[in-house]
Amino acid sequence: MSREVRTKSNLEKVLASGQFAVTGELGPPPNASREEVVEKAKHLKGNVDSVNITDNQTAVVRMSSLAAALILQEQGTEANMQMVCRDRNRIAMQSDILGAAALGINNLLVLSGDHQKFGDHAQAKNVFDMDSVNLIRTIKMMRDERRLLSGRELPEGSEPRLFIGGAYNPFADPEDYRVLRAAKKVEAGVDFLQSQCIYDMPRFKKFIARAVDMGLTEKAYFMAGITPLKSLGMAKYMKNSVPGISVPDELIERMKGVPKEKQVDEGIKIACEQIEEMKNTKGVAGVHLMLIEWEHMVPRLVQEAKLGPSQRK
Amino acid sequence: MIVAQRKPFEELKSFIADKKKVLVVGCRGCVTVCNAGGTKEVGILASELRLDGQAAGRELTVDEYTLERQCDPEYIEELLELVEKKYDAILSMACSVGPQFITTRYKDENVYPALNTCFMGGAQQHGIWVERCQGCGNCVIHLFGGMCPISRCAKSLQNGPCGGSSDGVCEISKEVDCVWHLIATKMMETGKAETEFGPAQPIKDWSTSRDGGPRKIVREELVK
Ligand code: SF4
Ligand code: SF4
Repeated sequence: MSREVRTKSNLEKVLASGQFAVTGELGPPPNASREEVVEKAKHLKGNVDSVNITDNQTAVVRMSSLAAALILQEQGTEANMQMVCRDRNRIAMQSDILGAAALGINNLLVLSGDHQKFGDHAQAKNVFDMDSVNLIRTIKMMRDERRLLSGRELPEGSEPRLFIGGAYNPFADPEDYRVLRAAKKVEAGVDFLQSQCIYDMPRFKKFIARAVDMGLTEKAYFMAGITPLKSLGMAKYMKNSVPGISVPDELIERMKGVPKEKQVDEGIKIACEQIEEMKNTKGVAGVHLMLIEWEHMVPRLVQEAKLGPSQRK
Repeated sequence: MIVAQRKPFEELKSFIADKKKVLVVGCRGCVTVCNAGGTKEVGILASELRLDGQAAGRELTVDEYTLERQCDPEYIEELLELVEKKYDAILSMACSVGPQFITTRYKDENVYPALNTCFMGGAQQHGIWVERCQGCGNCVIHLFGGMCPISRCAKSLQNGPCGGSSDGVCEISKEVDCVWHLIATKMMETGKAETEFGPAQPIKDWSTSRDGGPRKIVREELVK
């Protein structure tokens, strides 16, 4: 199955060719150190098709996603620049979209954004001028209709040719509504979607089967989010303290069953099993590896899971 | 109604630290209903201030008065006789509209807000008030099953719920209902989730909200 390619995005090219895509994630540093971005980028280069650059994730101030995305691209890896709705109004968003495209960004992934209450600036005024569904619509309108929200036309050839990304979470509530929310994003024109970290495979499979039934996976590429468990402590933390993540008891038991020093290996093993299962799940176009502050583990994971550019052909 | 709560006593004390004659003015409107600034609360604050003044051994007179409303010049006029007695400070226990109306009418007075005005809402049960409206100037709750996502969703989403919605509560706190959970559940229960409610809501026009600048309503037929 191959689909039409409409942008210069490498990620789109891989997905459209029907190959099992793999994306990574890189959190910009909370400072102006270019070296830190370059260092993290080393572990990702050649191992993934493109890398998400988070936008002030968890509402903690960091180097801007555009800046870090450009540094990453200079290192030879394509970026999926993230943009959240928390910090910008429609004026700043459209301006940044134009700027990012002009600077060579091919993939733009949009999210509502974690509430600032979680971050280091709980005193901030939030924006939320539009939500992620409407931001997807806006980017699509700018790209395909060559118009800004004001109606102003963009001269031919000057429109932002971006491959539009979004997120979906099968584990948030209400469970039955989640696929309908993803459908709104597909309807709005999203090109690819990445999920929240998956641990609960049965619930994920139920979700993706429904998305396939509704024809959503024909209109957008659904990627499955994977974050290997590092330890029993992390498994418990994810289960109890992160809203919108579901960790089944069997996984907790499995981590409990191995000695502390072997838990990293067990976590990677579980992730590889999941990835193998994803490759054989209808509707899943690839995986999104979220190893924030654990980027050096990416080469090992893609190798053991037989994933990505270095393992193809 | 407008829901407010009294400022911490220490802050109120600091307002009048060097004052000898103080007037506490209540309001019989919303703040009476939400037990923050009616006759009863005026009485309580006045006695607390007097007792505190006594304990500190300082000279302090505190008078009390409650107006029908403080958001109407007609009632503010009633204060004239009292104001002429020359107070060092006037503590208004109305919502924060009140102290602004008093200051506008009596320019030489030192007026302080005794309450923190919080939101537009109602009493969920006795003693618990919740926010329900943000005065966006273009009400659309009928599109959301009669619930307001602008005031009740922490991100004012038009197309929720976000990925942080878990077990019916919002990602910001287990104490806050996720209004989008309620909206989505209602839509599914009434069979509208995939039909009427299927298409995404468009971007909201905020120009009728505070974002368009301070607002004013003129009703020609009522203006004399
Ligand atoms: S839609 Fe606007 S006017 Fe209606 S309840 Fe919400 S904030 Fe208030
Ligand atoms: S959890 Fe619900 S109420 Fe909270 S921000 Fe998300 S959609 Fe809004």
